[in-house]
Amino acid sequence: MLEVNSLTVDYPTRGGTIRAVENVSFSLGKSETLGLAGESGSGKSTLGLSMIRLIPPPGRIVKGEIRIDGVNIVELPESKMRILRGQKVAYIFQDPMTSLNPVKKIGAHFVELIRTHEPNTKKEDALERTKKVLGLLGILPERMNDYPHQFSGGMRQRIMIGLGITLNPNLVIADEPTTALDVIVQAKILDLLENLRRAYGMALILISHDLSIILERCDRIIVLYAGNMVEYASSAELHKNPIHPYTQGLLRSIPNIELSDQRLSAIPGSPPNMLNPPKGCRFSPRCRHAEEKCGLMEPSLIDVGNNHFVKCFAANDEGVAVE
Amino acid sequence: MSEIVRVENLVKYFPVQKSLLEQFFARKVDYVRAVDHVTFSIKKGEIFTLAGESGCGKTTTARVLIRLLQPTSGRIFFNDQDITQLKGEKLRLLRRKMQMIFQDPYASLNPRMRIGDSIGHPLEIYGIARGGEKVKKVLEVLGKVGLTPPEQFINLYPLNLSGGQRQRVALARSIILEPEFMVADEPVSMIDVSLRTTIIELMLNFRKELGITYLFVTHDLAVAKYISDRIAIMYLGRIIELTDKKTLFNEPLHPYTQALLSAIPVPDPERRRKMIELKGEVPSAIHVPSGCRFHTRCPYAEEICKEREPDLVPVTPDHLVACHLTERK
Amino acid sequence: MKEENEAKRSILARLIPGFVSLTKHGPSGWMVIIGLVIVVAIVVMTAVAPLVAPHDPIESRVGPIASPPSWQFPMGTTALGQDMLSRILFGGSTMLQVSAISVLICFVIGVPLGLFSSYVGGNLDKTFSLIIDAVYAFPGLVIAIAIAAVLGPGVVNMALSIAVVYIPSYFRIVRSQVLSIKELTYVEAAKSIGAKWHSILFKYVFPNVVPSIVTVATVNFADAVLTAAGLTFIGLGVSVSIPDWGYDLTKGRELLSSGGWWVITFPGVMIILLALGFTFIGEGLSELLNPKLQR
Repeated sequence: MLEVNSLTVDYPTRGGTIRAVENVSFSLGKSETLGLAGESGSGKSTLGLSMIRLIPPPGRIVKGEIRIDGVNIVELPESKMRILRGQKVAYIFQDPMTSLNPVKKIGAHFVELIRTHEPNTKKEDALERTKKVLGLLGILPERMNDYPHQFSGGMRQRIMIGLGITLNPNLVIADEPTTALDVIVQAKILDLLENLRRAYGMALILISHDLSIILERCDRIIVLYAGNMVEYASSAELHKNPIHPYTQGLLRSIPNIELSDQRLSAIPGSPPNMLNPPKGCRFSPRCRHAEEKCGLMEPSLIDVGNNHFVKCFAANDEGVAVE
Repeated sequence: MSEIVRVENLVKYFPVQKSLLEQFFARKVDYVRAVDHVTFSIKKGEIFTLAGESGCGKTTTARVLIRLLQPTSGRIFFNDQDITQLKGEKLRLLRRKMQMIFQDPYASLNPRMRIGDSIGHPLEIYGIARGGEKVKKVLEVLGKVGLTPPEQFINLYPLNLSGGQRQRVALARSIILEPEFMVADEPVSMIDVSLRTTIIELMLNFRKELGITYLFVTHDLAVAKYISDRIAIMYLGRIIELTDKKTLFNEPLHPYTQALLSAIPVPDPERRRKMIELKGEVPSAIHVPSGCRFHTRCPYAEEICKEREPDLVPVTPDHLVACHLTERK
Repeated sequence: MKEENEAKRSILARLIPGFVSLTKHGPSGWMVIIGLVIVVAIVVMTAVAPLVAPHDPIESRVGPIASPPSWQFPMGTTALGQDMLSRILFGGSTMLQVSAISVLICFVIGVPLGLFSSYVGGNLDKTFSLIIDAVYAFPGLVIAIAIAAVLGPGVVNMALSIAVVYIPSYFRIVRSQVLSIKELTYVEAAKSIGAKWHSILFKYVFPNVVPSIVTVATVNFADAVLTAAGLTFIGLGVSVSIPDWGYDLTKGRELLSSGGWWVITFPGVMIILLALGFTFIGEGLSELLNPKLQR
């Protein structure tokens, strides 16, 4: 239901233009989960915001298309986009502390949301739907009249998720939904997302710097580096057969609690300077397999079979160029 | 192995701030019981980890131990010397042997000081080196933390560096005095995953090279498993389980530890763990539950758990647990 | 104390090459440049006045009494027949001296007081804050008038009365900065490496407070200019033997009723220009040193 082609997003700044997302293409089926994995400067948040066209100005989409159920939302006028937001696509922000209106009751958040998008809804119906969603979130209906500060961080994040799915969107984008939360709450939230997704048949894009969560919960994964999609495969395939050196390096640096005597390693160097990114392959300065051409030309996305795509010259021997 | 640090019945309560009106009407003062009678000791040369979720008191314990905060009661020993009441100049001189690395690499460096000056400042404070001699030592330590070529880095400001690099600078500043003991408060949680191992490896190297003992504070049990010798799990201001790393992960006894371990994500799509469900949420540290503080969420809670607080007792000589049910066995 | 001097010296050393780069910093940089140009021009004008002024500014009857601008007297003459142009050239000196001295006094008293009080904290801080807030609560001009009336005329006295009004502003700004910086991690880190309190104050806290002081200082300058004009206007300024824009403002008012606009206008414009110059510098610097969040 989601198709992205050659998406490129720029941020003009005082010091120069940052190309936050460069030539990203992927697709997502109706009930699938896609994980966007990456670290500082990867562009994963920008990519997520593009799906709902909420890129903060002066950032803008300079190239490419985003098709949601066939409609290219890049060209859509803002008035039509506003209708899509919430109804077709929902975005769950990273920080539940500041994303809720502190002077509005929780119930009111939901009711207003419903009645803004479906103005003919009667108040009683809106309240009924609110109670239902709160039930799914594990929040007692009496708490509808409480204010955000009366809830803990974990509950507030659940409320954010609830607001996201109330209008039954086809696509939900969750940006670091668990970063500020403890491990036990984190697991509960991710379970909740999973249950809701299955119950409502939604597609989910999960954005996180925590590769463990992404590997555990997502069907397909995009690994981003410096705004580029360096690897795109199913999670099983990525875990078993990581091809891009960055992905390999990433996997080697995460501690696995089920293994003893692990030898972890780090990726040498520093995150890329997005104002002046490296020439050619963005990862080349830190890549142990880098050759001369890697610093001169950008590799194209190569299909190595098994629905597995890699943007690296090393993959050439195994597959066929896609771009 | 001898003990380098010992903490006995450490308590740190923070009075709750009340508005003028509340102060007028309320009769008693409420306290946040951040650290509530914590006892443990750290052996020379080991890496001892305080682990737990946010609000459990691990960071406060570490800060009190290193005397950045005053304990409400209890005693702290460093190399068998009672440092609990140490003040002024004596306390300052103690700092030479006890250092700290902070969680946020973006906040722990003075933005208006060149990193060479930041790193070299400890040398000036204790009169160890000045001028050219100081610069030499700074360059040497920059090399040790992998910021090479050191000449290139010494005159930069923090804003020119990435998070990982800044944390290395912080590390350099702490080890330039060759301390005996170091507290690391979540030193890698704000750094990119792919760079964390660099910092961790550096810390391990310094242990080997300089014989530094570490108190590691973290909420990330996967990292704790990688780096620690012994781990203490804290919940709502108390240690509820303390043992060596292997035992903790293979045979966790306390229900909270078991639940915690079951919730940690594993980077393997084939393995879906069965998470132990805990009801409710972490209670407030102001109104701590009676008896065992975990009883409100524990799947095995019994009457005794509501009435009496369990002590941290050895189940085997090296495995301490604070739970009535484990005691029974 | 050596560390304090070191800190101040390095700030200056950084400012000078900073001037050159101002042009690259957009509209705020240009504001600072314009402000600097205005102020420096006025300072230079005052400095060279003895060399370029056509007449002695206080000598009466160099020309016809109260005559409008003409070729001979481009800015006209006063009721006493003094040349306005010469008076304009010389008249800024008092104002510049008064504002400079008052800023100096404020800086020397207000900043250290704010630093120590807020860093030490506790009852000392509470006491000082109470006193300072009490002074701050008074309308500035009223205090300035009261003190000027008691001390009498003179550049230093005017500077003192203005300084007393302004010290609370420095104190409060410094204090609010120190209170927030005190809690930052790098200050805690400085404690953890064993730095002594004065080292922390002058190496870690003070350099991060400086940007906000600079802003207050420029506002102080601008306000001092206007207050000095005000004091002179009501007769509490310098003696009549010194040419002064504020004084001419008073006298010009009298002439206004009989149709003479030039005696009040030119000094008025100069006063506004000088105050504006300082304000531009302040606004521009404030934006540069504490840039608003950029995405």
